Amino acid sequence: MNLVTFSGPPSSGKTSVILKTIDSLKQRGLSVGVAKFDCLYTDDDVIYGKAGVPVKKGISGSLCPDHYFVSNIEEVLQWGLDNGFDVLISESAGLCNRCSPYIKEVRAVCVIDNLSGVNTPKKIGPMLKSADIVVITKGDIVSQAEREVFAARVNMVNPSAVIMNINGLTGQGCYELSTIIYMEDEKLETLLGKKLRFPMPSALCSYCLGETRIGQDYQMGNVRKIDMEDKK
Amino acid sequence: MIRKEDIGCIKLCDLIDDYPFTVSFFEDNGIETGTAMNMTLKEIFDSYSVDETEDMVLDFDRVCENLAEFINQMLSFLSEDEKIHSITIHPGRDKSGNPEGFSDLKISRGEVISIVGPTGSGKSRLLGDIEWVAQADTPTGRRVMVNGEVPDAKWRFSTSTKLVAQLSQNMNFVMDLTVYEFIKLHAESRMVEDAENVITRIIEQGNELAGEKFTPETAITSLSGGQSRALMIADTAILSRSPIILIDEIENAGIDRKKALALLLTEEKIVLMATHDPILALMGDKRIVIKNGGIAGIIETTDEERSILVELEKLDRKILSYRTALRSGEILSEIK
Repeated sequence: MNLVTFSGPPSSGKTSVILKTIDSLKQRGLSVGVAKFDCLYTDDDVIYGKAGVPVKKGISGSLCPDHYFVSNIEEVLQWGLDNGFDVLISESAGLCNRCSPYIKEVRAVCVIDNLSGVNTPKKIGPMLKSADIVVITKGDIVSQAEREVFAARVNMVNPSAVIMNINGLTGQGCYELSTIIYMEDEKLETLLGKKLRFPMPSALCSYCLGETRIGQDYQMGNVRKIDMEDKK
Repeated sequence: MIRKEDIGCIKLCDLIDDYPFTVSFFEDNGIETGTAMNMTLKEIFDSYSVDETEDMVLDFDRVCENLAEFINQMLSFLSEDEKIHSITIHPGRDKSGNPEGFSDLKISRGEVISIVGPTGSGKSRLLGDIEWVAQADTPTGRRVMVNGEVPDAKWRFSTSTKLVAQLSQNMNFVMDLTVYEFIKLHAESRMVEDAENVITRIIEQGNELAGEKFTPETAITSLSGGQSRALMIADTAILSRSPIILIDEIENAGIDRKKALALLLTEEKIVLMATHDPILALMGDKRIVIKNGGIAGIIETTDEERSILVELEKLDRKILSYRTALRSGEILSEIK
């Protein structure tokens, strides 16, 4: 089985791109399943269900979605193997722009959209900077110039990635994407022993443990303060 | 060529001296250069605390790899003098698996090809095949050659060498910038040397195409539909490096379509135009007819059609002049 991790900011078009890509994979006779990770709510499982794609949903709730992802991905992989998929796609939302749900030697796709603004690429952390493939969506509604500038900015922060413009509505580009995410000779049996590409955002402070009061007296553990001294 | 193994031991000031474009790389990747000019990347990363490294969200190895890749991409981009003269499409099959109705189609610089066919007939797939320089590895089985040869993979994967630039009806400007700032930003991303001149030329040409004039200080989001399209076309013609321009309908209002095509052709582009408009369709040297996902045939514009085009253009001008007259509050009278 192949595992491909997709992530990207909310509403960037991940689900549309994945669905259209699955169409292309299915046309080649491959069976595909999806694991959808989200924070508070998602009805994407219904959308996948409608399209006849087997889906597993995970809601992280009060936990950091990335930590939740990595604690569950091995079980999800086993679910995929039990179901005999050729390709398992995991979809997760990059909620804090610092997310890094990528695993070494597992193909990683980041989906971002042209409307998010030209400075966005440098604001996004490992989710963009360590992806193998960057999919840029919503190119049909911005000018050619903006598309070129945006792609150049993405290339600046991740020159090693393959950058593709894809239209999630019409699916233009999804066939092409499907050809570079599936490797016939790749047989992934387990993720045990594999490592994340980059450490996740870390925190272990009183607020992680349910503290709600504000003030220095209540802050314990891994706490960091803004430097309020004006630089001379 | 620079190797990622060496890059960590070069002082930043030397790197920037040799490769001035790395300034923006450091900036976009959050590497402070100001005080660290005399340090190497290795020294800079060694000086970071664990927290700072995590805040960088990049490790030393990755930065070296990316920077080397970036420099090499830029070097090949800047030294590139390889020109595309033509693309050739070898036929594949339609949705039912029937072979397409043409033998090889060669399209050269300066040619205009219209694409006609009902909605959903496969126009996007054709354009997709060209953009992806298909090698019998898409559903149509078509093959696309560049300059008559099997093309290099960079046409698929490199952001700085895209084969196709696209202009379509529902595109908007979304940035909050003036016309001048906007083109400047685009010029910078294209590494244009003579930016000021290029900007002036684009604004001039844009104004040539637009019915109503705009200035460099106009905010792009306040341009009218016609002005936006005019600016997009002028900008794409002059600044985009893509040799093929794909136009998905140009609306008639507020822009001189004939001049727009002429501008693209003087910039030596290959123009592909998907359209339902008879005037645009006949402006092409040839038109590709698409049915059921495949190219059903290729028709060269006949002499009779060219004379019909002249009539159509007269009609078009008539409608336009009525339009202008009505807008300025006049009462219409027959135009001879």
